[in-house]
Amino acid sequence: MSVIAPKFKLSEFIKSLLDNVFWIILLLVLVGLPAVFMILFVIELPVINGELLTPFLALTWLADPSRILPVVKAFMGTDIFRVMAFPGFGFAALLAAGTIFVERKMLAKLQLRVGPFYCGKFEGILQLMGDGLKLISKEIIIPAKADKPIFWAAPVLFVAAAAAFVAFIPVAPGWVVTDVDLGLLGVFAVIGFFPIITILSAWSANSKFPFIGGIRALFQMVSFEIPLILSLLGVVMLTGSLNLSEIAASQSVFPWIVFLPVGAIVFFITMLAELERIPFDLPEAESEIVAGWLTELSGMLYGLVQLGTYLKLYAFAGLFVVLFLGGWNGPMIVPQFPAEILANGITMGPVTLNPPGLPLFTQEMLNGTLMFILKTAGVIFFILLPRGVFPRIRVDMLLNLGWGKLIGLAFVNIFIALGLLYAGVLGPGGLQ
Amino acid sequence: MTFKLPPGLALQKVDERIMTLNVGPQHPGSGHMRLIVQIDGDYIVACDPDPGYVHRGEEKMAEYRNYILNIPHLERPVIHDSCNVLYPYVLGAEEIIGIEVSERAKYVRVIASELNRCIYIMYWLAIYGIFLGHSTMFMWPAGDRELLIDLMEKITGARVTHAYFVPGGVRNDLPPNFEDVCLRQVNYFEKRIKEYAAIFYDNPILIARTRDTGVLSRQDAIRYGTTGSVLRASGVDYDLRVKEPYDVYEELDVHTNVMKEGDSYARSKIPWLDMLESCNIIRQALQKIPKSGSVRTKLKPNPKGKGLDSVYKRVESGRGSLGCYIVSDGKVEPYRVKLSVPSFRNLIALPNLLRGEKLGNMPSVYWSLNYWPVEADR
Repeated sequence: MSVIAPKFKLSEFIKSLLDNVFWIILLLVLVGLPAVFMILFVIELPVINGELLTPFLALTWLADPSRILPVVKAFMGTDIFRVMAFPGFGFAALLAAGTIFVERKMLAKLQLRVGPFYCGKFEGILQLMGDGLKLISKEIIIPAKADKPIFWAAPVLFVAAAAAFVAFIPVAPGWVVTDVDLGLLGVFAVIGFFPIITILSAWSANSKFPFIGGIRALFQMVSFEIPLILSLLGVVMLTGSLNLSEIAASQSVFPWIVFLPVGAIVFFITMLAELERIPFDLPEAESEIVAGWLTELSGMLYGLVQLGTYLKLYAFAGLFVVLFLGGWNGPMIVPQFPAEILANGITMGPVTLNPPGLPLFTQEMLNGTLMFILKTAGVIFFILLPRGVFPRIRVDMLLNLGWGKLIGLAFVNIFIALGLLYAGVLGPGGLQ
Repeated sequence: MTFKLPPGLALQKVDERIMTLNVGPQHPGSGHMRLIVQIDGDYIVACDPDPGYVHRGEEKMAEYRNYILNIPHLERPVIHDSCNVLYPYVLGAEEIIGIEVSERAKYVRVIASELNRCIYIMYWLAIYGIFLGHSTMFMWPAGDRELLIDLMEKITGARVTHAYFVPGGVRNDLPPNFEDVCLRQVNYFEKRIKEYAAIFYDNPILIARTRDTGVLSRQDAIRYGTTGSVLRASGVDYDLRVKEPYDVYEELDVHTNVMKEGDSYARSKIPWLDMLESCNIIRQALQKIPKSGSVRTKLKPNPKGKGLDSVYKRVESGRGSLGCYIVSDGKVEPYRVKLSVPSFRNLIALPNLLRGEKLGNMPSVYWSLNYWPVEADR
């Protein structure tokens, strides 16, 4: 006789609980603690009460929880945190995931649907996680005649290039992964990788539809890189710097979009084309060439390309914010950290906590991050919106737009910038 | 003795510049057929439509069933337009069996067939939208179609395959209070489809993409024998509801929409104008319909033809003139039933329209022909 629900036995329930506890403790001791120690050995530990915190002393936070704050603060100063978590990959991936969710729900509202609804308690918020799990669990099918090493490498390279792009974007004053003086040139260099990776992936699949899609992507990206670079020259001229942090800091009074709206429009359109968003999604035109250069990708290879695409979307939106909308500058709306807590500590009944290392984040950093996220979300919204409004355009129209119109407008923008400089409105002796 | 291979299998001279693409049958942009497209760079050199993947033998099946049993399967070629695809068969069967149809039944048929025409065109429009990469234009018609599907469900009890027309009238009467509900839904539907102009038909990108692509001249349209929206988009004023009115269409004021351009844009706009016209026709029919009376003339069991007899009837369906040729030899089954379908006629123009076009225009030109693969294969 088959039993649908097994009989409940208290002893077996307790045994399963104990089993779980055992495994959790075992994993913590064998994997978790070594990992924590490795990180603690890498970071520069702070000095508390005149005593340098050693990794072993740091573990005394188990007895004295107030010591966790200086350790966390020290960890946040390390490069590994910047690359992995805050201005780098983790932050970008989080925003990208939010973008996908907003895109689905917004498009659904526009099209009289509900969009993802059942996965997760609230409005299908876990749908993306479900999709990711599905993609990971799927079999990766490689075409028999494909050039296998390149076919495998291309999606990984795509994500790597997108992540490298993310590393250039300054989020708050001092919060950027790579603060180099030639940041903007670095961005152009990284953008230049995408067409190469795309054509590698398309060609290595050895199939007709990916090939056509790859050629289209190559046309599109190469022909739109020129107006992209030209449209940013105006900002560079007025700022006199290629460092993205300096460009963002130079807009503390007004954003450059006030003076260079033409450049902003040209950059926004080229951005849509570089991102292969509708109406410029010719490389993935479904009704003509199946899925374009993504046709033969399956499983997590496809998932990686999608991840890279959305990272790239975030990075482009962030670049737009940094160059034209003033980056982290904005009204100070985050309140100051309460001074009395710094002086007297937190009083909870009979206990008074006076943790060292407060405040964890400066007010400028929190406010800058908030401003950056708000502006980036706005730009991303406008990147997503055309998907519900426009049909796809054709290759010849695309090339005509890129070579004929946008380059001309980009030159107009450069002349506007030059005029502002020579008239003395901006630049040395002017407003800034 | 020469043996001619079918088009896809024949050996061809290899040209380094030419790439042959098999668009379909497992391609998101083809439907249940295959287009063998040869491209030189981005330009289409030749296109060879290869229909026949969904041949169902409807005409042969009709020879083994009597005049009533033929109804549910003869509507299968175009399930979204099932009333119109059945209309010529029912008209012909009535003439062969020799029964009269009451006035109210004729009006009910007109209402049902116009509703069904709108349902079909909405489905077609949804696919046209997604072929152009306009996902909103896919979702909106697919959603607004429900208004009319609900109406058809009220009338016939089925949402898609209605099997509603029978020789001698229609299967059952309209539900009580139908006129008010229908008027309200149709008015709202008309208001909704007028909004499509703002997002789709007046969209500058759509106009730039479809204007002057796949131009079918007036002479060619007549020469290839195209019908329906394709013919009317090329400037030929031809609508069977006006030219050869059947049932009660001569008592209704039917306006024929004609555009002169003959390009993809005109071919995509004519069905939309037809939908607005259908709304007018439905409103007129709802006013003029007799308030009471029978909707079905009583039939004998197993009706037979009068003797050796043949009849050809045609109606204006959602895609163009759809004809049905019935030969009877006096038995309970028809001797031969032949459907003359508009989809196949319109497909004939496709290779000529696509030659010299860009690959990006292929989906829009192909689907603007108002082609329904299942109907062409029958």
